[in-house]
Amino acid sequence: MSFESAMARLGGTSISVGSVEACSMAKGETLADTIRVVSGYADAIVIRHPKEGAARLASEFATVPVINAGDGAGQHPSQTLLDLYTIRQTMPIDGIDIALIGDLRYGRTAHSLASALSLYHARLHTISPKGLELPATMAAGLAEKGMEIIEHNDIKDVIDIVDVLYITRIQRERFPDSASYFNVASSYRITPELLAGAKKHLIVLHPLPRVDEIDPRVDVSPHARYFEQSKNGVPVRMAMLMQVLQ
Amino acid sequence: MTTTESSENEGLLVRRIKNGTVIDHIDGGEALNVVKILGITGTTQEALSIATNVPSRNMGRKDIVKLANRELSKEEVDRIALISPRATINIIRNFKVCEKKGVEIPDLIEGLVRCPNPGCISNTNEPIRSRFRVLPEGLHCCYCDWVITRDITGHII
Repeated sequence: MSFESAMARLGGTSISVGSVEACSMAKGETLADTIRVVSGYADAIVIRHPKEGAARLASEFATVPVINAGDGAGQHPSQTLLDLYTIRQTMPIDGIDIALIGDLRYGRTAHSLASALSLYHARLHTISPKGLELPATMAAGLAEKGMEIIEHNDIKDVIDIVDVLYITRIQRERFPDSASYFNVASSYRITPELLAGAKKHLIVLHPLPRVDEIDPRVDVSPHARYFEQSKNGVPVRMAMLMQVLQ
Repeated sequence: MTTTESSENEGLLVRRIKNGTVIDHIDGGEALNVVKILGITGTTQEALSIATNVPSRNMGRKDIVKLANRELSKEEVDRIALISPRATINIIRNFKVCEKKGVEIPDLIEGLVRCPNPGCISNTNEPIRSRFRVLPEGLHCCYCDWVITRDITGHII
């Protein structure tokens, strides 16, 4: 929706395919063919797809620029640009301590953000349920770039040292039953009580939509930035579209 | 496997070939994987000889593959380097070794290895071949960024 809003504000129009089920792919058409066809209809393609690497494949078959708007559990680079922009509105990004919380294994927003932050000498504090940790190869790649990654068991362990809390949704389908999901999800919840021990300038970010990860009482806290972050998605995506269309 | 049948072949575990390719110094036990990588199947028309765990002064034990009447290209044999970097290739013409070369690990391999990530777009019906960059830490999927760090042979298509 934010890409459509961005395109409209630039004075252009967009054709939304909707879900995979709603287009020719539901009839068995390959993504490669869909991309070839849509290349003839549009000046740029923004793709969100459930498979990792889908945007790269699309770029091989497209004759117009392709923007990756999320590929499975892979990457979400446009989200990362707006995340960085939101952080920079409050503080310089260089050298920050940031906590990545939630599903770091399948969370594409966390993957892209961690990768981008490795360019800024940021220190990464990771807090995730067992089995949903940052993929080992990704952690090794970030460490090779010189990034310090510290694993923690509890948000309370880092609340007084981090500048940014970046929390992502934990999906129910990752757990065998509802009881174990609620048990884990409740331990990854940001509350006003937790934030009482935070640095004054700490900001809380979330790619949204949220479920139970952030107590609604946090919304009025000066630390809350997630709706601002979401709003920033429009100008950042306008900039991206301008960049590829020029 | 053939046994020694003539004085000329004495000491040889596998008969000499007149024309074709001999892949020597394959890591012990990897010959069948080499054959798989080269895409040589049971339907091949040419004589194929495989010797495994042959005593070797330098390697302890090694495998040898001899393929009659087919000269393998450099691109084909370089794929072998992934599992057996010490392998040497001998092109045979009229019983003589005409070319002898080592294998070089390629920068990119296509259509040889399946990405182990079930969510990777290369594991769908798309009209593409798998593509991996060869890095010091392993094989890096060009589509989903998955890195195969071990058991490469287990992922050969």
